[in-house]
Amino acid sequence: MPERPAITVADPMITVLRPGLLSSLQDLGRRGHAAIGLGASGAMDPTLLRIANWLVGNDDDAAAIECTLLGPRLRFDVASVIAWCGADSEALLDGRHFPTWRPVPVEPGSVLDLAALRRGARGYLAVAGGIAVAPVLGSRSVDLNAGIGPCEGRALRAGDRLALNAAAEPAMRAPSWSVAPSHWLDTSAVRVLRVLRGSHHAALDPRSRDALTGERFRVAADSNRVGVRLTGPTLALQEPLELVSAAATRGTVQLPPSGQPIMLAAEHPTTGGYPRIAHLIDADHGALAQCRPGDHVLLRLVDADEAESVRRRRAAALARLRDTVRQRRRESGCDEST
Amino acid sequence: MNTPRAIEELGDRALLLQYGDSIDADVNARVHAASRAIAGLRLPGIVELVPGYASLAVVFDPAYWQDEEATPAQRCALALQPAFATSAAATGDADAGVEIPVCYGGEFGPDLDEAAARSGLSPRAFADLHAAGDYRVAMLGFAPGFPYLLGLDARLQQPRRTSPRTRVPAGSVAIGGAQTGIYPRELPGGWMLIGRTPLSLFDLRAAPPNRLAAGMRVRFVAIDAGAPGDHGR
Repeated sequence: MPERPAITVADPMITVLRPGLLSSLQDLGRRGHAAIGLGASGAMDPTLLRIANWLVGNDDDAAAIECTLLGPRLRFDVASVIAWCGADSEALLDGRHFPTWRPVPVEPGSVLDLAALRRGARGYLAVAGGIAVAPVLGSRSVDLNAGIGPCEGRALRAGDRLALNAAAEPAMRAPSWSVAPSHWLDTSAVRVLRVLRGSHHAALDPRSRDALTGERFRVAADSNRVGVRLTGPTLALQEPLELVSAAATRGTVQLPPSGQPIMLAAEHPTTGGYPRIAHLIDADHGALAQCRPGDHVLLRLVDADEAESVRRRRAAALARLRDTVRQRRRESGCDEST
Repeated sequence: MNTPRAIEELGDRALLLQYGDSIDADVNARVHAASRAIAGLRLPGIVELVPGYASLAVVFDPAYWQDEEATPAQRCALALQPAFATSAAATGDADAGVEIPVCYGGEFGPDLDEAAARSGLSPRAFADLHAAGDYRVAMLGFAPGFPYLLGLDARLQQPRRTSPRTRVPAGSVAIGGAQTGIYPRELPGGWMLIGRTPLSLFDLRAAPPNRLAAGMRVRFVAIDAGAPGDHGR
């Protein structure tokens, strides 16, 4: 190990050396304010956020750093434990391979370079104890579109310093075990997104109805945390619909006049007036979050019963994983103090 | 009765209660009555109630409504039934409402002259008509704290600008179609700008952060450009 200069800081901190393409603090979102026009925001891939938090001993809802396509370069001013769950990358911790999907200790002065993400668009870096920013309206999620949340409601910038909650004293090494990503991170060449019919699905012309769930779409480059734009066959209604604005929800597939559908994501507007042709099932938000610009997606129609059985299977599998991670952490000596 | 005429499933974690399909004050009042009645049930598995012009979204936690006989959406819809049986008249409409001071025209309302000309009115008469209206907040949306107001005089309706502005200043009072609203902060926007209020409509330090809420009455009061600044709260 090279010698590191001594760093004395009053509060445990992470310093952002390079912000990456779009890195922001996210938890599971801000609930209960949609009626005043403020949406939930929160992690685009909530499942990966939860797993990363479990790996470092946090609650589900602790704030972590959501990274997009190109990860940040960070320096830790104190010893801590971190975990990355997300798309694969050639991440380096102090110049060496950074093991992912498991708890990893860092030392004062450690530098983590998360590099470019591959075969997926997003990932989460959780830190033991969570990132200690004051919640805004009950959440530490940044809403980039509304400009609301910690860090002035913006993405991370070089020079930002993030306070950490009580620094863990990690008398541990990175364990040899890790969570198998394959269950939780879809890296297939054509991503299948399961959808339920929207109330205006029947208003599509027959050819468009077939195309919606029969043909491939591509993820457009201007997709973001507000919505994922799908380009492909132009969809049309049998006749124009005049709709008055109604609540919009995460996962709703809207059809604007362009005929190119938009799948609403974490920072969607709380109301909208476009036809609702389909809705992504709750279990597939993570799959949507991992779509990179240019990726192929195929929407697959399911019914409410199938959506519910998928939700239950996934909830049960996640609960099992949480218990396993807890047990493995105990066995690895991660939780000596508790 | 607040019974919706239809209940639509918005995917697997929200319902949309439909009360109509047009912008109508009576329909919107029923939306707010239903929202209050459902909130009054204090159901723990309800995450959000989001009013629209003619509908109310109920976002729910599917794990809470898990059931062997029905989907969570069906179970949640069933649990809402007691709220539909309450009287829609219990509105609490006696509130005096909120007065919004507005400086009409000039640099604060750069589209007032064009809007007035299209309506065949003088700018002054247009502003007077706008300030004489009795408005009600149909819903908040578009951006945090942005109120869509019902009650615009039909003579004042304006088409949206063909080329939306990339920056509409905070406090801008605007007309889009049959709707009027107020931009709570600087935002892009395509509505016609007829004036501006010094009042802050959305402040995260306040509780609640929104000055206006769905269902509230609103009146505009014309002020001079030289009037005092932010009226505070």
